[in-house]
Amino acid sequence: MGIGLVLLVGSGCQYNQTERLPVLSSKKLVEGRKVYDTIPPFSLLNQDSQIINNATFAGKAYVADFFFLSCPTICPLMQANMLRIYERFEQEPDLLLLSHSIDPERDTIPRLRQYADNLGVDHRKWHFAYGDKEEIYELADDYFNIVVEDETLPEGFDHSGRLVLIGPRGHVRAFALGTDSTAVDQLMMDIETLLDEI
Amino acid sequence: MVIVICFVVACSSSNPYKQGKILYENFCASCHMDDGSGLAANIPPLAGADYLKEAQELLPCIIRYGQQGPIVVNGVTYNNAMPGVPQLTDFEIANVINYINHAWGNDYGYMQIDEVQDILEECQ
Repeated sequence: MGIGLVLLVGSGCQYNQTERLPVLSSKKLVEGRKVYDTIPPFSLLNQDSQIINNATFAGKAYVADFFFLSCPTICPLMQANMLRIYERFEQEPDLLLLSHSIDPERDTIPRLRQYADNLGVDHRKWHFAYGDKEEIYELADDYFNIVVEDETLPEGFDHSGRLVLIGPRGHVRAFALGTDSTAVDQLMMDIETLLDEI
Repeated sequence: MVIVICFVVACSSSNPYKQGKILYENFCASCHMDDGSGLAANIPPLAGADYLKEAQELLPCIIRYGQQGPIVVNGVTYNNAMPGVPQLTDFEIANVINYINHAWGNDYGYMQIDEVQDILEECQ
């Protein structure tokens, strides 16, 4: 009975320490059960002209964002924070990164490849996605990001700049504003928590 | 005693190029970052940058009109176009240059306003 009590207390302590990240994706009721939205099927090319799709990221955690190469305002800082995440989790095979270009007209695959090379990153860990503009803009929604083409703006696009953490089953688990380095510090802690699930 | 310490600390941390700092943060930091570190091999650093130190006379035109083509900074080649900042006045450009010349440990000298204006007249 004493041993039983110790085991109970022991397992209780452990339970408190392993908090899980919430699932932030929208949910709907299907036949009385809560079903969370997942990242929908997608198929894009990365900077090495390799096909990347849901299977590329299945079972892993990844951080996604939406940017474009000629963006002078929020993108450099966003990508600098993505680079920090990359460097912190460089040796962790279960954490990938995915940057979608919202300007496929100008951001060609060779230019994306050069950008990735300039960052000095492993292309199999940090993918830069090139694809159909409509498909990418629709995906942005599922990644809690807004992307709008707006020719009245100097750079032609308006986008929210969120870094979004996706879990192993395609659910949004956390996000942070890419220009807020403190929020990204917190996101890195969230990544650690999420990696415990994998 | 406490007041004296505060005064000394305040003096040593004051930046004489406050206007330049504000301009830098509003017009330059989005790419070159608040700490002047740039972005890997995509955007060159300004902190401790040999290019900055050696190309002082190019700075006014670069800031106003931007720059294209490959340059080498601290041994790394950069080849992305930098957009100019046409809305800065001659005085503001001088302020920014003097700020970056003295920020982050840089010690690259002080550029007079008339020097900046002379250079700006000759930009290609």
